[in-house]
Amino acid sequence: MLAGVLLLIFLPPLVAKDLCKDSQDGFKVRLSIKTALGDDAYEWNESEMFLFRSTLAYAMRKQTKQDTYNITNILVCNDTQRVSFVFVVTSPGDPDQLIPKEQIEEAVRQNKHRINNAFLLSDMTLEFVGIPPTLAAPIIYDTEPWLIVFGVVIGAVAVGIVALLMSTVSKKRRAKEKAAGLSEEDEGIVKENGTALSGLGGKEGVYNQTFSNDNRFTEL
Amino acid sequence: MKLKLKLPNPGLQDRILSHDELERLEVEEAGDRPKWDNKAQYMLTCVGFCVGLGNVWRFPYLCQSHGGGAFMIPFLILLVFEGIPLLHLEFAIGQRLRKGSVGVWRTINPYMLGVGIASMCVSFLVSLYYNTIIAWVMWYFFNSFQEPLPWSQCPINANRTGLVSECERSSPVDYFWYRETLNTSAAIDETGGLQWWMILCLISAWGVLYVCCIRGIETTGKAVYVTSTLPYVVLTIFLIRGLTLKGSVDGIKFLFTPDLNELANPSTWLDAGAQVFYSFSLAFGGLISFSSYNSVHNNCEQDAVIISIINAFTSIYAATVIYSIIGFRATERFDDCLSGNILTLLNTFDLPEGNITQNNYQEVLYSLNSTNPDIISNLHLKTCDLNSFLSEGVEGTGLAFIVFTEAITKMPLSPLWSVLFFIMLFCLGLSSMFGNIEGVLVPLQDLKVFPKSWPKEVISGVTCLVCCLVGLIFVQGSGNYWLALFDSFAGSIPLLVIAFSEMIGVVYVYGIDRFNEDMIFMIGHKPNIFWQATWRVISPLIMLAIFIFYFSTIVTKEIFYIAWDPESENFPTLEKKPYPSWIYVIIFLLAGIPSLSVPGTAVFRAIREYCCKKHPSAPVQEIDSVSYKVHIQDEELKSQKVTEI
Repeated sequence: MLAGVLLLIFLPPLVAKDLCKDSQDGFKVRLSIKTALGDDAYEWNESEMFLFRSTLAYAMRKQTKQDTYNITNILVCNDTQRVSFVFVVTSPGDPDQLIPKEQIEEAVRQNKHRINNAFLLSDMTLEFVGIPPTLAAPIIYDTEPWLIVFGVVIGAVAVGIVALLMSTVSKKRRAKEKAAGLSEEDEGIVKENGTALSGLGGKEGVYNQTFSNDNRFTEL
Repeated sequence: MKLKLKLPNPGLQDRILSHDELERLEVEEAGDRPKWDNKAQYMLTCVGFCVGLGNVWRFPYLCQSHGGGAFMIPFLILLVFEGIPLLHLEFAIGQRLRKGSVGVWRTINPYMLGVGIASMCVSFLVSLYYNTIIAWVMWYFFNSFQEPLPWSQCPINANRTGLVSECERSSPVDYFWYRETLNTSAAIDETGGLQWWMILCLISAWGVLYVCCIRGIETTGKAVYVTSTLPYVVLTIFLIRGLTLKGSVDGIKFLFTPDLNELANPSTWLDAGAQVFYSFSLAFGGLISFSSYNSVHNNCEQDAVIISIINAFTSIYAATVIYSIIGFRATERFDDCLSGNILTLLNTFDLPEGNITQNNYQEVLYSLNSTNPDIISNLHLKTCDLNSFLSEGVEGTGLAFIVFTEAITKMPLSPLWSVLFFIMLFCLGLSSMFGNIEGVLVPLQDLKVFPKSWPKEVISGVTCLVCCLVGLIFVQGSGNYWLALFDSFAGSIPLLVIAFSEMIGVVYVYGIDRFNEDMIFMIGHKPNIFWQATWRVISPLIMLAIFIFYFSTIVTKEIFYIAWDPESENFPTLEKKPYPSWIYVIIFLLAGIPSLSVPGTAVFRAIREYCCKKHPSAPVQEIDSVSYKVHIQDEELKSQKVTEI
């Protein structure tokens, strides 16, 4: 009688352990808490395991949209010091039936973000062996940032070229006006009078009249 | 005992300005040649021209691969016996004859015009590809203004299931360089089409260069205040940042650890000589041009020594900075490698975290290997050796765009460091381009290729436009291979030929006696025995030795190029491919045309002289003197008045 009662009490966990150990529908989980958190690392104990089982139950609930999943449906075994273990999920209706691998994978995938955050870990440090992490969506820019910087640089270059060319053009124009103005002055002075010393200030160099060949001042 | 060989050179006296004429030009400032605003502009321009990308990405590699600190010995010896004398020679001859490279050689002897033309050709070919490197630098600069940097992670493939295969097999930095920047084809004969984003960068590179060169040294003289000084500021910032990173001191120690056995290796001396020569940007003609804008009594001897010292110091300084960052990268890689191995061991044996650390890794591995050898061998653990990571000797574009960018992604605030680094490379490259363009524009003006009525702005604009269009070769898919081709052949052999001809020309055709007298006139004292010995004998011999070695290695060894081929077996290792046969024609054109124009022009001129001896049509010789100019002015005014009255 006693043996029968004992058997009844210990059978479910034994059966559960067998379900977990021998099953094909289990996933191995690995946590690297010290790598992720360094000095702030928490210790892995029964309470943390409890949290893990509850987050997994939550994930199953969300995925199947059934509120029937409970902690008792998440079975854990092969607990090692690495902080790695294997878990299986039993169906809420039938404790002997296991949920297939694909469904669990789907549930974990969809809620990985929440599971990670519950443990302050990341995709690298909370590994579900066999479930690759979903890759983050690539950032799509409206305008590529490099085009913006390129636009700024080309704009500055264009402004520089235009400014320098304009300054050359205006310098040339001023020089031309000056030359035209001076030659008029020169003509005027010659017509008025003989002395032309005042007209020589603006020109480059000094035109030495003594050695010139023209006959401006000797003829009339 | 002294070599008093002097080749006959009739008519030299008529072609050059005498000392009195020079003095008069100096005092009256009656020449129409542009001038430097102040000495600082001249020094900064020359320093900028000499200090270029080679100081940053060629010298550190040579230093580390040829025995570290021991490499300094051949480098400094050859600097003193080869670099400084050649530099002094170019400065002095430019300052004395007051012309660009074509003008100088035409003045010394019309048969030596080929040297000037060769300089112009080489400057043109080098400008083409050098500005493409600047375009690449600008592309990386434009892409540095985002977090995370685009080369820090692999892009995701089309159906969001994983990373792009090419990137996964190599690395994000490799992928970004070879695929997203160059979009390189697998072989040099596959053109791959023009890459539109690189065309934009090429246009911006030539645009910036045009803005700075639009009026010759009037504008470049202002630009060099920034482009020549900013690299030193950035190097210092990187040094301070580098020294605070883990592993940087290992890098510096690795760089400078001397291995004196390397000194017995002739290729060490050859590489040192080549590095000194190319690092000084000699034989491009730019330095002759720059010094021709100086006052005639400028102390060119002092300038040559100062600039050489600055160049050497910059090389060593840049090597220190680069290797501090490389040391950091190697340490990071080593740590990653070791952590990966440790994680594998922990996972396999389900040991708690923290059981295996970097310190006890070897012992734990040993004990595990003795108990479970088959499991360990199945794990395929990677061998992690810090020295092998440090001696991944990278040079050239690989150093800047792959190794250094990877190191930057591992630093906090990566966009900032990336922007600073690429601004520094941009300034280094741009200041060297000023000298290259000077070496192209001034000979074009001297050869009267453009009509005289065209203003300077239009001439530089047309030149930049032509170079930009020809440079489109380098922005196609196979552009990187073309660039390596140009770099190996256009920028190597011809320069050695030109430099050797320069020395012979000045010392034996112009005459070392006349040259010494010019030096006494310009700087007040005769150059001492060191200069005499190096100019007459030592430096030409060194140039000849380097040329013979280079030529024989190129001609005897089979030439191949390394290609990025995702379909090759050893991917991601670059694959060695032989050149197709038509490339040899191109190689001959690149190296042959400049080199052969030195004797070729002499022969051509001789033939023309011989043919035209029967038709005496000697044009009126224009003399570059003040009195002649005034006489002409005189005549012009007279003709003006006659027509008016």
